[in-house]
Amino acid sequence: MNFETIVGLEVHVELKTETKIFSPAPAHFGAEPNMNIHVTDLAYPGTLPTMNKRAIDFGMKASMALNCEIAPVMNFDRKHYFYPDNPKAFQISQDKRPVGSNGWIEIEVEGKKKKIRIERVHLEEDAGKLTHAEGGYSLVDLNRQGTPLIEIVTEADIRSPEEAYAFLEKLKAIIQYTGVSDVRMEEGSLRCDANISIRPFGQKEFGTKTELKNLNSFNFVRRGIANEVERQEKVLLSGGKIVQETRRYDEATGQTVLMRVKGSANDYRFINEPDLSEIHIDQEWMDRVRAEIPELPDARKARYVQELDLPEYDAHVLTLTKEMSDFFDATVKAGADAKLASNWLMGEVSAYLNAEQKELHETALTPEGLASMIKLISDGTISSKIAKKVFKELIENGGDAAEIVKAKGLVQISDEGTLRAVITEILDANEQSIEDYKNGKDRAVGFLVGQVMKATKGQANPPLVNKLLLEEINKR
Amino acid sequence: MTHQFTKDDVFYYANFARIAFSDDEAEQYAAMLSELDKFAERFEEVDTTHVEPMTHPLHQVNILREDVPTEILDRGDMLASVKEHEDGMIKVPNILA
Amino acid sequence: MTLFSKTATELQQLLHNREVSVKEITEDAFSRIADVEGNVQAFLTVTEQEAKAQADQLDNVPLEQRGPLFGLPIGIKDNIITKGTKTTCGSKMLEDFVPVYDATVVERVKNAGMVSLGKLNMDEFAMGSTTEHSAFQVTRNPWNLDYVPGGSSGGSAAAVASGEALFSLGTDTGGSVRQPAAFCGVVGMKPTYGRVSRYGLVAFASSLDQIGPLTRNVEDNAMLLSAIAGNDQHDFSSSSKEVSDYRKALTGDIKGLKVAVPKEFLGQGVDEAVKASVREALQVLESLGAVIEEVDLPHAKYGAPSYYVIACGEASSNLARFDGIRYGYRPEGVKNLEELYFRSRSEGFGPEVKKRILYGTYALSANQYEEVYVKAQKVRSLISQDFADLFQKYDVIVGPTSATTAYKLGETIFDPLTLYANDILTVPVNLAGVPAISVPCGASEGLPIGLQIIGDHFDEGLLYKVAHAFEQATDFKAGTPLVGEGQNR
Ligand SMILES: [Mg+2]
Ligand SMILES: [Zn+2]
Repeated sequence: MNFETIVGLEVHVELKTETKIFSPAPAHFGAEPNMNIHVTDLAYPGTLPTMNKRAIDFGMKASMALNCEIAPVMNFDRKHYFYPDNPKAFQISQDKRPVGSNGWIEIEVEGKKKKIRIERVHLEEDAGKLTHAEGGYSLVDLNRQGTPLIEIVTEADIRSPEEAYAFLEKLKAIIQYTGVSDVRMEEGSLRCDANISIRPFGQKEFGTKTELKNLNSFNFVRRGIANEVERQEKVLLSGGKIVQETRRYDEATGQTVLMRVKGSANDYRFINEPDLSEIHIDQEWMDRVRAEIPELPDARKARYVQELDLPEYDAHVLTLTKEMSDFFDATVKAGADAKLASNWLMGEVSAYLNAEQKELHETALTPEGLASMIKLISDGTISSKIAKKVFKELIENGGDAAEIVKAKGLVQISDEGTLRAVITEILDANEQSIEDYKNGKDRAVGFLVGQVMKATKGQANPPLVNKLLLEEINKR
Repeated sequence: MTHQFTKDDVFYYANFARIAFSDDEAEQYAAMLSELDKFAERFEEVDTTHVEPMTHPLHQVNILREDVPTEILDRGDMLASVKEHEDGMIKVPNILA
Repeated sequence: MTLFSKTATELQQLLHNREVSVKEITEDAFSRIADVEGNVQAFLTVTEQEAKAQADQLDNVPLEQRGPLFGLPIGIKDNIITKGTKTTCGSKMLEDFVPVYDATVVERVKNAGMVSLGKLNMDEFAMGSTTEHSAFQVTRNPWNLDYVPGGSSGGSAAAVASGEALFSLGTDTGGSVRQPAAFCGVVGMKPTYGRVSRYGLVAFASSLDQIGPLTRNVEDNAMLLSAIAGNDQHDFSSSSKEVSDYRKALTGDIKGLKVAVPKEFLGQGVDEAVKASVREALQVLESLGAVIEEVDLPHAKYGAPSYYVIACGEASSNLARFDGIRYGYRPEGVKNLEELYFRSRSEGFGPEVKKRILYGTYALSANQYEEVYVKAQKVRSLISQDFADLFQKYDVIVGPTSATTAYKLGETIFDPLTLYANDILTVPVNLAGVPAISVPCGASEGLPIGLQIIGDHFDEGLLYKVAHAFEQATDFKAGTPLVGEGQNR
């Protein structure tokens, strides 16, 4: 039997506000344990939550970027459960009236475009952090407690691990463009759970779903879903039944592992949060927030293809992160040829960033610097080979390409007289190669060009060398 | 509509509330809760078909705070009320039973 | 000295004339406490040293920098957070809990130059109406030591009635300021929801709780409310409406005042003596020019179920934080987390608290939520609408504060009619969020009776005006029982 994969995702994204969502303590990553807390975060008796305005702006901004409707009236609710990282024993969240609902984003898998619907985007507070110590006990750090989150819940529209991957990649790009979060999975500012079920093709009803947690990278999401689907298929094919349960992905084995069976044991007993006021969002508020949303990846992609004539692929890769895309735009604005800029960013620049485990802003490279180099390539001042040397200097120490070229004497030799003299010398010393060439061995030319480049320390203009070399050989 | 609480009801709700009862206590509380719930019998007479639930007595809207850090709890002060702690963190016993 | 029987204004005059110092007033309060506390047992914590040190400092403050409450002694209910002073909520759960911050009202009282005498006994987590549900001690009614002071702010009412404190702060979720005020023959105000900041009040039922002043006369009460009321950036449910100097409302002139008396307030279950006393009070108001009319408060009788469901529901939520982890009671020798949760809460909470948490958990559970909790909130709408309708036509609503005078210690009220009548009287006020004041209006067999005056949202000034006019026209004001000598009036 053939099964169809049905996946819905729940993604938690930490918002980059200065303070926590319900207290005026700083909301920063990486402080010493329990140094960034307010009595409210500790659920100290008598304390009350206060509502951070920027958290609402950010929730709205993300919701708008995800094509959601914004709730004209919303409120907060208490969701009750006991756990040491949850000091009040309830989480302040949004149950019935989330900030955003009925949104969608478009993904593309194997050339096919598809809309994934977003059921809701709600605001809530993050929990503290638990560290399990040796000796069986655990330690609670409440720095993270109260950090604003949005939870993005998709409809069960995802049909493959690849679609899930594409969705997350796109979601990450969009959220990052809005500037409301760093969306870094490694730092926990983006976290994803997947609800997975399968059903025979053609069947209308959904199968029983399992919830998959502990997915620490987009790749693990992809692999985790694939493995869970495989597991469910095996269960069903062997006549078994899928049980509603929570599983986690074990990175070491690549398998999903049972965490707990979901019984009727969960009853969150939602109630309206009586300590916070209702929020009414009028047109003016919405307009203000909407005006702060920059051009989003899809719009940029379209612009790159239509206005800058870039291939779809380039446009996609360049717009994956706002930093890269902004850098590209600035490079083009500084006078660089768009396709060359794209090639360099997707090629050398990305390779460097990968190798050094750095981000663009952590290097010395500026859009102006990159553009100055590309301009020298375009006007033939330097070869792409020399450009690589210039590039290394630019990305490590910064500066202007023309000055680097001048200082290091890297200007391309395009003077015919100079080159003919070198070529004559090389040809004189390589009679055998001339012979080979005349006997139809084209490879010999390559060797001779190489010798010329070597003799000029790579500064010779390669197309010109090619042309002159052939002229000189044919003279002999 | 009113509920006659049984011992098992008491255990069921007490589990959510993390309160332990002996069998005898559970019987007693079942009786007390049934008594308390008798009040709710009066609800049956009230027609609330077109009535909106009232969640709050004072209707205020958009009470918001600027996103500026103002107050931090001193960790030493915080730990003063914590019975067991280690390295500035609050100690809790084994989470897995 | 018997400074304790003077009013705030009288004491202020003495301070101003340098006839008495803050130190002497403070010492007088503690000597009164020493005399009568053995009988009354209103205080859980007495902060004598801190108070005397503070008094010394206050005596150095120049006269022109002193406000109307300067240097006067106050007691604070033990569910109001006091920095550095134990705050127990009358519960074993918080037996040794010493907070790191001050409640907003405590800050304001300090800013006014008031001297805190200590923390006052109460029913555990404010759940009860006799103060017998305190985990620590039983507070007595100063008028008759065999009787309860009422509750849950029993310590606050008893301390003021017995002259231990000139002022006290109580909290009122379903009548917990007004009923003990009535039982102890003092003035107790439950302000409009949102009038006084709840920051630092250990929450029982967040949408019902309010802090209110208890005093021996109306003017003192008005002065204290003026000092503690007003918007607070720490409490997003506090109103930003301006606070007036309520003393200015005390003109004595209530001519033309339209008074509504709900039939339901003087119905079955209300003690005959209470009824008689309230009817006399109405005649006094009439004689002052008020116009009295009998009206209906049709949904008041559904106040009790609505109140129990909402208050217990919110309490089950608010009290979930007491889990033995960050503060409060933590049992010894716990092996795992679940055991910590169950034992902390089972050993730390008393029976009344457990009962209400259980009932609240039930009311909020997925199966019951719509039918029980939402229904209660709908009934709350209707009750609130009843009040709104009446305040279209009337200035105030008047009735008894309690169906009976104080109960005998240990004597649980089983009479369903009395219970029923009591529920109608105080609880609807909290559900609607309107203000209400209780003023002494008589006595029966030596036990005080309270008159309740209810106003529209933020009409505290008017309530004080009416209560004051009534007080001035009668002689129930500022009586002090002679509990020090073991005598009962
Ligand atoms: Mg969720
Ligand atoms: Zn969530």
